[in-house]
Amino acid sequence: MNKPIRRVAFVTMVMFALLLGNGTYMMIFRQSSLAAEPQNRRVRDAEFAQNRGSILAAGKTEIAETEPSKDRFKYQRMYPRGELYAPVTGYYSYDHARTGLESTYNTQLAGTDDALFVRRLIDLATNQTPQGASVQTTIIPAAQAAAAQSLGNQKGAVVALDPKTGAVLAMVTSPSFDPNEIAGHDIEAAGKAYDRLAGEPTRPLSNRAAREIYPPGSTFKLVTAAAALADGKTPDTVVDAPARLKLPGTNTFLPNSSNCGGTKITITQALKISCNTAFANLGLEVGQDKLRAQADKFGFDQRHLADLGGLASQFPDKLDGAQLALSSIGQFDVAASPLQMAMVTAAIANDGVLMDPYVVSMVQAPDLKPIQTHKPVTLSQPMTAANAKLLQQMMVAVVAEGTGRNGSIPGVTVGGKTGTAQSDPTRKPFAWFTSFAPAGDPKVAVAVIVEDAPIPRQDIAGGRLAAPIARSVMEAVLGR
Amino acid sequence: MRRPDTWWQTVEPADADAQRQADGQTERHTPQRYSETKPEAEPEAEPKSHAGAGAELLSMTIAVPMTVIPRKRRGVELVLILFALVIALGAYAIVDFNVIGGISPRFPYLAGGCVGLAALAHIAVRWRLPYADPVILPCVIVLNGLGLTMIHRIDLINSPPTQGARQQLIWTALGVILFILVAVVLRDHRPLQGYTYTIGLSGIILLLLPLVPGIGIAKFGAQIWIHVGPYSFQPAEAAKILLSIAFASYLVEKKDVLALAGYRVLGLDLPRARDLGPILLMWLLSLAILVFQRDLGTSLLFFGLFVMMLYVSTERPGWVVLGTLLFGAGAYFGYLNFDHVKVRVGAWLHPFSDYDAYYQVINAQFGMAWGGLLGTGLGLGRPGLTPLARSDFIAAAIGEELGMTGLMAVIMIYALIVARGLRTALQCREPFGKLLAAGLSFAFALQVFTIIGGVTRLLPLTGLTTPFMSQGGSSLICNWVVVGLLLVISHHVRKPVATVTEINSAETQFVRAVS
Repeated sequence: MNKPIRRVAFVTMVMFALLLGNGTYMMIFRQSSLAAEPQNRRVRDAEFAQNRGSILAAGKTEIAETEPSKDRFKYQRMYPRGELYAPVTGYYSYDHARTGLESTYNTQLAGTDDALFVRRLIDLATNQTPQGASVQTTIIPAAQAAAAQSLGNQKGAVVALDPKTGAVLAMVTSPSFDPNEIAGHDIEAAGKAYDRLAGEPTRPLSNRAAREIYPPGSTFKLVTAAAALADGKTPDTVVDAPARLKLPGTNTFLPNSSNCGGTKITITQALKISCNTAFANLGLEVGQDKLRAQADKFGFDQRHLADLGGLASQFPDKLDGAQLALSSIGQFDVAASPLQMAMVTAAIANDGVLMDPYVVSMVQAPDLKPIQTHKPVTLSQPMTAANAKLLQQMMVAVVAEGTGRNGSIPGVTVGGKTGTAQSDPTRKPFAWFTSFAPAGDPKVAVAVIVEDAPIPRQDIAGGRLAAPIARSVMEAVLGR
Repeated sequence: MRRPDTWWQTVEPADADAQRQADGQTERHTPQRYSETKPEAEPEAEPKSHAGAGAELLSMTIAVPMTVIPRKRRGVELVLILFALVIALGAYAIVDFNVIGGISPRFPYLAGGCVGLAALAHIAVRWRLPYADPVILPCVIVLNGLGLTMIHRIDLINSPPTQGARQQLIWTALGVILFILVAVVLRDHRPLQGYTYTIGLSGIILLLLPLVPGIGIAKFGAQIWIHVGPYSFQPAEAAKILLSIAFASYLVEKKDVLALAGYRVLGLDLPRARDLGPILLMWLLSLAILVFQRDLGTSLLFFGLFVMMLYVSTERPGWVVLGTLLFGAGAYFGYLNFDHVKVRVGAWLHPFSDYDAYYQVINAQFGMAWGGLLGTGLGLGRPGLTPLARSDFIAAAIGEELGMTGLMAVIMIYALIVARGLRTALQCREPFGKLLAAGLSFAFALQVFTIIGGVTRLLPLTGLTTPFMSQGGSSLICNWVVVGLLLVISHHVRKPVATVTEINSAETQFVRAVS
């Protein structure tokens, strides 16, 4: 019976070899995918207890940091001035995942990124707690604070860009939330805080600056003007500006909200006083294809600022005459995020060159060695430099003598455009203002929206409500 | 000169020589070993065996009538047991340190209990089975101790801590007592051969007992428990022993008939149709377990055990082919018709398709991935996240806290026990002991393979226990009895034989030149 017993012994040997081989296979090929499963509580808990890297505003101001904690997680994520920077940092929670930069730069912050591999090995060998990389943002604390302060309790958002680089200098949304509440180690309390915030009708969790789109109203006239200039018109080209315009193919009339100063006015004049009928006519003359192409060159219909999940702004397809007329003045289905409008202004200010907006300038390893740095990227050239300069002058006129006087800063040449938009008749209008300063050597481009402006629909709303906010942000950036 | 490692040498020349040839270690015939009976010339001649003239010399060595005095090796066993205790109690202390920051007040009692039980087992072996294999008992002690440690570790997750480890220690004590009873009272396995049908019938009755209404209870979806008063018991574990004994004695009796060839298909002799009765009966029994007790593991274990013993006794590979086909058909039938089998197979093939249904298997995977190669350290992982971590999934808990390295070490200890068991079978001189030792070892190997393979997703998960480690009295006690039986057989294999028959030297002339 020994021969079969030896064979049985061989079979058992194979069985044990299979067990060992399967264990090896699991370690080599399955371990990382298992660790990446979202339901893996071990990994999630460990990550939650990690010494995450900081998120910094310009000047090394910590806007998200980690502090040692004595409960079951060893470190607590803290957000000094959490409400102010919430749209940028997002939150880092146990049950409700992550948002903002906490989400997009999670592996770097947690120190699990491949770029930090060697670092992890050193920490392992020296028995130190692995530390995550820090993320340097382009936010300027003074501008951010000025924006939030001047926006106050009004619902709305502010975006400030550096026109030459695309760096986001300020990004404020209101109402905001305190990420500390959701990041707390008391998971039940954090869950309740999340549910409360998520359930609020004012939607404090949403990033209005980049992830919400609104009818841009008269600020869209900048795009229409740019299309008209590209179409061969000049600032002095005269257009029809009737008191009310019968929309093609309908019996509806588009009224002017203000006196346009005559029925035949120049484009400069039309922009200065934000004349609806003039721009509706201009849009009809240019045609929807050219208008749409112009909008797309400014960045419509694409997502920007992927780090914060920016939403694409929209210019509608297949317009009839009436729709085109309305779209030309930023109504109908045109929708833009404050970020998008800041990009339009920034491109005009930057002599027609649109820079790709970004908020993270550098990721730094714990030893301060840069892991990745952002170099400014040109996105497109929506206007020729000459046309851009003409449009800059027209915008300067808007602030100097037109609807945007509230945006002016003594001693600085500011260009801007007001806007007031209505999404539906029952809602209060949105007040817009977008501007840049100083003309010629632009340092900042701003877009401001105030939702539910507490005044009746008239074009001046943007100038009255939003322009002062833009001014304070520009002043903060310019150091005044 | 190499130290003679010859304890396994037996006086059965054919077997011993074949083994030696396989090992290629002819220099084991060293003078010291045969000094009692060897001719005077032997020591001088010995170096020649390396020079090439060894063949004749070797055959002479064997041919000479002799009394072999194998080493008892009880000292080695004692050292290994101490080593095993150090590992197990050390692990237990590490758990305490890592979880509660210091040795728990109960540790001295536990340590005393473990040392006492190990000492009792060792003394019993020393007294009654002095020639028994010295490696099996220490292996079992280290596994049992690590199991206790892991159960204690999982006790500490609960607040207040549960008393699983204490219960397990009590069961260990019962197991060791039964082990000692086997060693002291039974002493010889051969009388068991006389009760083939009694033992076999009681085994089958035990196996089917959980199906009796009023006694049987379903736990975790399987109807494999019986309830008597406040105690519950998994009779399949005891049936495993009884049926191994019954199969062995039955097959020894009938092997000649069962070995008769029937049809020849593809160069393979199939058994005669009229001899198919026993295998079909076992097949039906296994199917009954699968269908009514919903227990894939037990079903596989018993059928595999029977087929393997059938093959060993008849030396006909046809039985294995037939058995595999029958089992495959049964398993496929089960897969098609029973949801519990489908769930197991689903969890095996694509566990992440349904997180809630395959929660257990997925979490075991997470745990082992989290432990990685070296583990989180005892007491520092989170085995509590896996349901049933102390019983079915104790291998996953080991994999998490001791790492894949630790789990592989445990697998190797199991492999060592199986290897010693099979070696005992090889060395055994009478067919019943041979078959019984081979059967018990194979069943042990199959059980370890099935459960650890299930936990590590090599196979679909089955509800078998991890021998000596899982929490559970029936399994622990019965496996101690298995070890007792293996040691009894190995004692008889290795103990000196009183009389040695003259061996025809012509039969042993097969040893070829060694150089």
